[in-house]
Amino acid sequence: MTTVLAVCEQRDGALRKVSSEVVTGARRIADALGGGAEVEALVLGSGPASGADQLGTFGADRVVTLTAAGFGTYAPEGYARAVVDRAKAGAVVVVCAASAQGKDLAPRIAAKLATGLAADVTDVVVEGGALMAIRPVYAGKALLKVKLTGKPAVLSLRPNVFTPVPRPKAGAAQTVAVTIPAGRVTVKGIKAAEAGALDVAEAPIVISGGRGLKEPANFKILEDLAHAFGGRAAVGASRAVVDAGWRPHADQVGQTGKTVSPTLYIAIGISGAIQHLAGMRTSKVIVAINKDKDAPIFKVADYGVVGDLFEIVPALISEIGKLRG
Amino acid sequence: MKIAVCIKRVADSETRVKTAGDGKSLDDAGVKFILNPYDEFAVEEALQRKEKAGAGEVVVLALGGAAAQETIRTALAMGADRGILLQTDTVPADGFVTAQAIAAELKGGGWDLVLFGKMAIDDYNSQVGPMVAELLDLPCVTAVAHLTIEGGTATAEREIEGAVEVVQCSLPAVITADKGINEPRYPALKGIMAAKKKPLEVKPVSLSGGAIEVLAMLPPPARKEGKIVGEGAAAIPALVKLLREEAKVL
Ligand SMILES: Cc1cc2nc3c(=O)[nH]c(=O)nc-3n(C[C@H](O)[C@H](O)[C@H](O)COP(=O)(O)OP(=O)(O)OC[C@H]3O[C@@H](n4cnc5c(N)ncnc54)[C@H](O)[C@@H]3O)c2cc1C
Ligand SMILES: Nc1ncnc2c1ncn2[C@@H]1O[C@H](COP(=O)(O)O)[C@@H](O)[C@H]1O
Repeated sequence: MTTVLAVCEQRDGALRKVSSEVVTGARRIADALGGGAEVEALVLGSGPASGADQLGTFGADRVVTLTAAGFGTYAPEGYARAVVDRAKAGAVVVVCAASAQGKDLAPRIAAKLATGLAADVTDVVVEGGALMAIRPVYAGKALLKVKLTGKPAVLSLRPNVFTPVPRPKAGAAQTVAVTIPAGRVTVKGIKAAEAGALDVAEAPIVISGGRGLKEPANFKILEDLAHAFGGRAAVGASRAVVDAGWRPHADQVGQTGKTVSPTLYIAIGISGAIQHLAGMRTSKVIVAINKDKDAPIFKVADYGVVGDLFEIVPALISEIGKLRG
Repeated sequence: MKIAVCIKRVADSETRVKTAGDGKSLDDAGVKFILNPYDEFAVEEALQRKEKAGAGEVVVLALGGAAAQETIRTALAMGADRGILLQTDTVPADGFVTAQAIAAELKGGGWDLVLFGKMAIDDYNSQVGPMVAELLDLPCVTAVAHLTIEGGTATAEREIEGAVEVVQCSLPAVITADKGINEPRYPALKGIMAAKKKPLEVKPVSLSGGAIEVLAMLPPPARKEGKIVGEGAAAIPALVKLLREEAKVL
């Protein structure tokens, strides 16, 4: 039977959102390949992960949880071995996320399978039975259309691009215990950011500030704006303000920071340098607030407001506040 | 400390991107090429590790056309001891093909560390480092923003979504460098002069076919023509209305 493997991700025993995107992408590939290809969602952990039972809803025909003692936190070598063993049982395609974990794991999987990896893919198509992927290169200034000829084909999907599509079907869940050592590379700990803080790479709304904010303390108004969106927004930053030490590198959006693809991206006091655009150009809707009407950010923005951010942002906060009642 | 650093010659991100006549590669007329910024971090890390150990060798390795010699000279000017160019006609789109050639060259070299950038800013592949690690059967930590090495054990910090992961492995190991790991030095004039006399070995290699075939290089989809909603705070009610009713994102 033709199987498309969807490599899911969990943290602290809970499935991460990107997993439903991976399953959605895998489903799309399986349907396009035809011939009754099935999607097997693969979860790795030290025990069952909460949320795994939902994966059927996004198109998994089977949800397989591979458990091993050392799999509680990400175990690069052990995870790669486990996925590859499963892939060798007849997968034609292996789909990962291009998340922090997936970017580490997918190349290991591809290398163990002695094949190539199409990384950070934003679209997939099947033409004449062959799997093709679209992936941004040159800081998003061009797209490559590539044909995957590997057996199996391995790809990683850019987070937030493959919007999960619920389907009315429950996948049969199965837990398989495996005896695979965690490997030589071990996670000693995770230094979590502020509890409940959303990461810019994952937030549905990203509000980024740049040098136009004038000083670090002024980021408070962006945090207030994020707050007005009720926990769905994260605050990002341009490199200029990260280099100045105003904001942590983890918040930087762009070529040397994170690639984000939120539903709504609001750039405030950011000029829109090409390296910044590289990190946010695939956002669904872009809003720019800038006092310079010729700022390059307006060239990619769907909606622009020209003027002083210190006047505009408070007005926006109160208008969003009204919406939420 | 014997350290290998893999470096790539890439188009500067400021560059204007135009598709070549073949419809699938970069037209490099007028393009400025640089040492991949993440590889600068890797070179710097190697130099600091060698300086700290008080002895050792830093070897830089690039796969690409003859022009990549220039990139190797840049790393030599920073302070690397010698360079190797695996000379090819083209740089493969399939990172595994590159990884195979690099691994074949590095195999059995007795390296304590093999360093990479976390990603090449041209192809955005983020894969050659961990693939070489697999081929050499070495432990590997990717996208390292902070690194300490003590008594043969590497402790690395890497950014993950909303947190920092602390990862450990023993040496010899493969590490890929992220921003934050160090501040790369600029080559001094003395270094640039010295680099001219440092050994640079050119080895022609032939590559396997690979599993990723480039069909086309296309411009990114033009974003729908945007609009300036208005000026100042007065434009906000209209903006929010558009976000709700037209864009449907609120
Ligand atoms: C190799 C390399 C990698 C890079 N990687 C990144 C990256 O990952 N991310 C990134 O962001 N950059 C990156 N850069 C830097 C990038 O080129 C720009 O320098 C940077 O993005 C500029 O940041 P900015 O927009 O905050 O600042 P500026 O360019 O100074 O823009 C500030 C903007 O604020 C506006 N403004 C000022 N006051 C107000 C006000 N009161 N109200 C409204 N608007 C106001 C101004 O009109 C201006 O447009 C990289 C550069 C290089 C060379
Ligand atoms: N052609 C190459 N020659 C030497 N090193 C390379 C080459 N391509 C990639 N690398 C190394 O692998 C890293 C990741 O590249 P990539 O997987 O292409 O994003 C780079 O930062 C380099 O350290």
